[in-house]
Amino acid sequence: MAGSKEIRTKIKSVENTRKITKAMEMVAASKMRKAQDRMRASRPYAEKIRNVAAHLSFANSEYKHPFLIKRDVVKNVGLIVLSSDKGLCGGLNTNVLRMSINQMKTWETEGKKIAVTAIGNKGFSFMNRMSADVKSHVIGLGDVPHMETLIGAIKVMLDAYTSGEIDQVYICYTKFINTMKQEPTMEMLLPLSGEKLGSPNGSWDYIYEPDAVLVIDQLMTRYTESLVYNAVAENMASEQSSRMVAMKSASDNAKEVIADLKLVYNKARQAAITKEISEIVGGAAAVS
Amino acid sequence: MANTVHIDVVSAEASIFSGEAEFVVAPAVAGEVGIYPNHAPMITSIKPGALRIQLADAAEEVVIFISSGLLEVQPGMITVLADTAIRGHDLDEAKAKAAKEAAMEAMKNRTSDMDYAKAQAELSEAMAQIQAIERLRKKTH
Repeated sequence: MAGSKEIRTKIKSVENTRKITKAMEMVAASKMRKAQDRMRASRPYAEKIRNVAAHLSFANSEYKHPFLIKRDVVKNVGLIVLSSDKGLCGGLNTNVLRMSINQMKTWETEGKKIAVTAIGNKGFSFMNRMSADVKSHVIGLGDVPHMETLIGAIKVMLDAYTSGEIDQVYICYTKFINTMKQEPTMEMLLPLSGEKLGSPNGSWDYIYEPDAVLVIDQLMTRYTESLVYNAVAENMASEQSSRMVAMKSASDNAKEVIADLKLVYNKARQAAITKEISEIVGGAAAVS
Repeated sequence: MANTVHIDVVSAEASIFSGEAEFVVAPAVAGEVGIYPNHAPMITSIKPGALRIQLADAAEEVVIFISSGLLEVQPGMITVLADTAIRGHDLDEAKAKAAKEAAMEAMKNRTSDMDYAKAQAELSEAMAQIQAIERLRKKTH
C-alpha cells in the first residue's frame, strides 16, 4: 500500500486546517455582530452633529470656517486610507488599496502631490512599500474603534489642510452594505460639501458662547472626526463580515479536498487488496 | 403636552441618554447654564462636569458626567455632543505631534518593513506553488 500513509497524513492536516478556518469563521461571525452594533451606535452622534453643522454652515454668521471653503486651485491632496490590521479577510484590503493606488496615479499625472494617513496595518505597510508620503498612521486598533487613538493621526491631516499644505482631503474605506456585500468607497472629506449637510429649515442664527469662532472651530473638527470615526466603524464591520465569508469558503474548500483525498485513499486501498488477491490466486494456480 | 424639551446626549461611540426634560443644567465653559423649554437657539462648548436633567415625569433628576463637548439648544430640542476622549488643545497637539513622530520613525525604518513585506510576499508565492503542485499531483492520481 504505497502512498496510503502519505494520503492519510494529508487528510489529517487538511482536517486540522478546516478546524482552524471553521473556528475563525465563528469568531468572525460573533465579532461581526458586535462591530455592526458599534457601527449603529455611532450613527446618532453623526446625525446630530451633521444637523448642527448644517445649521451653522447656512446660519447668518460672519465667520466662515476654512473646512467649508472650497479652494479654486488644488495642488496637494490628502488621502486617508482605512484598512484592517490583520489579513485573512478576503479581498477587503486589496480592493481598498487598489482603488487608492489608482486614484493616486491619476493625481500624480495631474501633477498633484499626495500626503497619506494610513489607518490599519495593511494599508500602512502597503503605502510604505509604495514609498508614499505617509504623514501619520494608526495601527493596532483592535476590535473596538476608539476616538482617542484616532485623534492624533486625523489632526495631522486637518492641520495640514488648515495651514494650506493640502487643498483637499479624501477618505478611502470599505462601506458596509450587508453581510455579503462590502464596497470600497472613496469620498471627499474636506472641504465639507454643503449638499451632504443638507439645508436647514428657516434662517436664524445661534447665540454663541463664548464666541462664534471658537465654537465653530470645535464643532467642525468634531464633525470631521466623527466622519472618520464612522468610516472606521464601518470598515471594521466590513472586515469581520468579509473575514467570515472568506473563512466559510475556506472551510467549504477544505471539506471538498478531504472528500477528494478520501476517494483517492480508498481507491489506493482497493487497488492494493485486488493486487494481493490476484497474487494469491496466481500463486495457488502455479502450485496446483 | 406639558412644558418640556427633548434632550439627547450622544457621544461618537454610543448614545448615552434620550428623554423629555423640564429643566436642564449644563456646565458651559462660561459658567453653568440652566435651560428651560423654548430657549433661544444657542450653541456653546461645555467643560467637564455634571449635566443635570430634571425629567418631566420623575421627581429626582438624572445626573450624567461628561468630559467635554458641545451643547446645542433649540426651542424644542437640546443636543449634547459629548466627547469620548479627554480633550484639550494641548492634549490634541501632543497627540498630533506623537502621530507625526511615529510616521517619521516608520519612514526611517522603512527598510525593515520592506524586508518583512518582501519575505511575506515570497512566502505567499511559495505557498501558491505548493498548492499548484498539490493540484497537479491530485490530477495524475
